[in-house]
Amino acid sequence: MTDALPDDLGYTAEHEWVRIDGDTATIGITDYAAQQLGDIVYLDLPDEGADVSSGAVVGEIESTKSVGELFSPLDGTVLEKNADAEAAPETVNGDPYGAGWLLKVRFAEQPALLTAAEYAALIGR
Amino acid sequence: MPPESSPSRPSPLQAEHEAAGASFVDFAGWSMPVRFDSDLAEHRAVREAAGLFDLSHMAQFTLTGPAAAEAADHALVSRVQDLEAGRAKYSLLLDDDGGVLDDVVVYRLADDEVLVIANAANHDVVVRSVRERVEGLDVIVTDLDDRALIAVQGPQAAQVLAETQGLEVDDLGSLGYYRIAAGSFGATPVLLARTGYTGEDGFEISIPASEAAALWRALRDAGEPLGLVAAGLAARDTLRLEAGMPLYGHELGTSIRPPQAALARVVAASSTAPGAEAARSPLGPDERRLVGLVGEGRRAPRAGYAVFPDESATDPIGEITSGALSPTLGHPIAMAYVDPASAASDTTLYVDLRGSRLPVTVVSLPFYRRKKD
Repeated sequence: MTDALPDDLGYTAEHEWVRIDGDTATIGITDYAAQQLGDIVYLDLPDEGADVSSGAVVGEIESTKSVGELFSPLDGTVLEKNADAEAAPETVNGDPYGAGWLLKVRFAEQPALLTAAEYAALIGR
Repeated sequence: MPPESSPSRPSPLQAEHEAAGASFVDFAGWSMPVRFDSDLAEHRAVREAAGLFDLSHMAQFTLTGPAAAEAADHALVSRVQDLEAGRAKYSLLLDDDGGVLDDVVVYRLADDEVLVIANAANHDVVVRSVRERVEGLDVIVTDLDDRALIAVQGPQAAQVLAETQGLEVDDLGSLGYYRIAAGSFGATPVLLARTGYTGEDGFEISIPASEAAALWRALRDAGEPLGLVAAGLAARDTLRLEAGMPLYGHELGTSIRPPQAALARVVAASSTAPGAEAARSPLGPDERRLVGLVGEGRRAPRAGYAVFPDESATDPIGEITSGALSPTLGHPIAMAYVDPASAASDTTLYVDLRGSRLPVTVVSLPFYRRKKD
């Protein structure tokens, strides 16, 4: 429960992480969020080309116990969803910041995100 | 559910769970482990080897005295007077209208001693109701507030207990299902019952809270080479759902009469306990009944979701009470109360999953039944 948060990512209060690379954002959920959900058994992610808007629900993350919602942290267009993770949702628990990424989104305007330290404070770490 | 304004009470095994890295959940005023690492792995361990559960939040109380069994029959709808010493029975505490106040397991320890294990959320209601209902009888109701309860469940459960250092029970191997025996752990007397809530063979051990951590460690040390893992409430819930076992607050409550939950057989024909007569009246033509539902894919119906007779109907004919993607079966399973016209096996129904309708098929319960050798 003391896993360090990657310093090179931005975070949201809805427990997403965001990696900015040029005009592309890679989005996933944090290890904290994955642990809170429990074992993830189903992902429903928007397809390539879908428009997403900041704060809106764009997908679902189901664990054995509950249903979590994926919020988009920014306005943009989906470039790619992680089909491997949809096929093997447990990847999100096992490697939330790596192979368990969820979406790549092209955005026009860079969003305001929390730093790792700010997010750590939010979740009481 | 009781108000959760007061701080959660820790289990006597809290330190063990923290050391094992458990995640905790507030449950009926207790802080209990929801999972240790992976609820799926814990679930599978119980089906394939064994799981170790802390159930110390559950209510335990005894009725002792010459009228112990008679008193139990004044409160509960089973016939404890007909139960031989050493045997256990699933029973119900009903309100005057036949609604379910709690489901319990009652153990006849001796001619003059009965143990009742009830749900944590209903602890106060059950103890208060039983005390009121046995007034004037030669019996003492004792709330065993200082006892822990540990369960070992799974095909390796008997082997785990046999290899646990310091645990002594006479003829453990021949202890039948729904039987209870006295034993000891070191110098501490324990009660050991072949009961559980997972659909597997298994045991529940009642022990003074002060000795619980030592027993937990001994069971874990004996069990780990056999595949035992500590398991949390999340795994317990998916296990009991696969086994088609009702959960209070989901499949059972004061608005439910036992025949709706297929529990009419639990109400003894001769019972004069409150609610027994109301519970014995047959299912009415408009009363919803409990069914099993199975779906395809990986999206599971969840408690509270509405059930419809077809893809476009606007009026629901039922509601999901529990649902999950079954870890053992690999497809969604759920329990629901539905109108009688929709309750026949093989009927196709539709569950509203957050805006889209998923077809499901009515099946008989349980979803999973262990192979008996």
